[in-house]
Amino acid sequence: MSLKRLWAMLHARNLEFFRDRSALGWNFLFPFLIVAGFGIIFSGKDYSEYKVGVFPVRAEIVSISDIDLPSGFRETRLIKFIGFACFEEGAEKLKHHKIDFLVKAGSPSNEYWVSDTSPKGYMVEKLFKASLFPENKIVAEKKEISGSEIRYIDWLFPGILSMNMMFSALWGVGYVVVRYRKTGVLKRLNATPLTAFEYLSAQIISRIFILMFTLAAVWIGCSFFFTFKVAGSYFDIFLIFLTGSICLSAYGLVIAARGTSEEFTSGVVNFITWPMMFLSEVWFSIEGSPLWVKMVAKLFPLTHVLSAVRKVMNDGASLSDVSMEISILVVMTAVSIAVGAALFSWNR
Amino acid sequence: MDSLLEIKNLVKKYKEVIAVDNISFSIRQGICFGLIGPNGAGKTTTIEMIEDIIPPTSGEILYKGKPRSALFKQEVGIQFQQTSLLSSLTIRETLNTFKNLYNDPADIEEIIDICNLREIQKRMNDRISGGQKQRLMLALAMINKPELLFLDEPSTGLDPQARRNLWSIVQKIKERGNTIILTTHYMEEAQRLCDEIAIMDNGKIIARGTPDQLIKEHCGGVTVILPRNSIKNPLSSLPFPFKEINGRVEIRTNDINSCLNRLLSENADLSEMTVRSPNLENVFLNLTGKQLRE
Repeated sequence: MSLKRLWAMLHARNLEFFRDRSALGWNFLFPFLIVAGFGIIFSGKDYSEYKVGVFPVRAEIVSISDIDLPSGFRETRLIKFIGFACFEEGAEKLKHHKIDFLVKAGSPSNEYWVSDTSPKGYMVEKLFKASLFPENKIVAEKKEISGSEIRYIDWLFPGILSMNMMFSALWGVGYVVVRYRKTGVLKRLNATPLTAFEYLSAQIISRIFILMFTLAAVWIGCSFFFTFKVAGSYFDIFLIFLTGSICLSAYGLVIAARGTSEEFTSGVVNFITWPMMFLSEVWFSIEGSPLWVKMVAKLFPLTHVLSAVRKVMNDGASLSDVSMEISILVVMTAVSIAVGAALFSWNR
Repeated sequence: MDSLLEIKNLVKKYKEVIAVDNISFSIRQGICFGLIGPNGAGKTTTIEMIEDIIPPTSGEILYKGKPRSALFKQEVGIQFQQTSLLSSLTIRETLNTFKNLYNDPADIEEIIDICNLREIQKRMNDRISGGQKQRLMLALAMINKPELLFLDEPSTGLDPQARRNLWSIVQKIKERGNTIILTTHYMEEAQRLCDEIAIMDNGKIIARGTPDQLIKEHCGGVTVILPRNSIKNPLSSLPFPFKEINGRVEIRTNDINSCLNRLLSENADLSEMTVRSPNLENVFLNLTGKQLRE
């Protein structure tokens, strides 16, 4: 292996990435916008989970105090009340799931309408019925969670960073190499003494550098606007993300190994990234999902990256506490590199 | 050393199609060897097998008398017919990147001067004209001081001025003593640049020699062309084979002197006469019965 050749390719790839202003900007802006968006949504007092239609009401946005509804229901948090002039107008919105629940204001029998197929409607119905009972008649004792609370943004932030890392690794390695194969760049390089190992190593190292650089820049950028609670070590988090970026880039290598069709590769990348994004708990927990869903989730590197980072960031775990996740990532990396290298072709 | 490259019984099959059909030839050091033929004749497949880009189905390729080793790629330069380059790099950066892929690269300033890239060296490699791109591709092929240079259809798609510009650069490279293998379907290009030529059709080499030998062997004589109305007497009286095309008479002859004497004796007006010597296009037409660009 020649380090001179590897460096030449690495340098050229980095120049390409940093000079493509639109792609560069998007790589930094995308995670920042998502974190900012979710931070505002989940920290704001105006956030509402359920939409309840009320009729007959004149104004479209109902002032809570003006509504003649059971007081317990009216004061429930996370409900946004929307007024309708008549039943037909509200029923139309309910039918098309624009609202989750419809209630008649001032009704002595507390009339309401709900779609049986709407999960949110079901929840609002339960809330509505519960609110009809006096609070002191309900036998339930509230206990506080011990220790400090994990805010949603502290749970979500590593997920957004990892998701950005996943997209950047698979598209940046997989798609780019296939595009180069299609346009003949790889064929031109194959005419030189450059070996496949040198070329692919340069691609992966360049992508890892870009991923970690982006990660650090986004974290620092977000820190100006949000305060993240990090219970564990920043260095441990960096190491886990580094292992994850190597593993995800190696996954990209498998996608890049063959093919000259950008459309097909784009389909393959989407086929991998979308399930990985949803099942790796970037956005929500899959706790309680069927066993097979959890098993599939374990196949994705992102699941292990996120599990380890959240343990360190949210619970203050050390590297030895997440050694299982790191070991799995190392094995996945080794397998992906072996498969990618075995399948790699310069021409087809 | 006589032969720099020896090709023995080379075959390339794609499923049912035989792209290259058992061809053999050798190339002497220091010459420009032309592989000519129509599109689809098998020229590119042949040189890509020699370049070690695609594997042959069977046959033997010897470089300096031995099978190609890892050193082969250090010693040859390749200009492909169609290729792209790493994006977002200037011409100078592109040259530097490729320079660093070789153990013993050329002086980049010299290459820039030979290929007339000095004025555009700071331009991005995807924002240059077709002729400039071909000159850059030629420069990349020269970046390792190659002993053997492959040029696959180097002037395809260029305007006449850019083509002549490229030819003069190739001429300069020839004068430096590099061995060149050139594929083309432009006969003027082959006649101007090549010392030896192999004509390919349907995957086979159908003729081989210097341009003059091929023309002499396969297309003797010249064609005398006159406007029809410059000959007063009936054409049937002419003792030469002739054709009437678009108001002109084309007379084929192996003896130009007696042909002209006869025309003068017939009181023909020779003021608008042209004499056309045969070229490689005619050689191909005579050998295959079809035009090169069909």
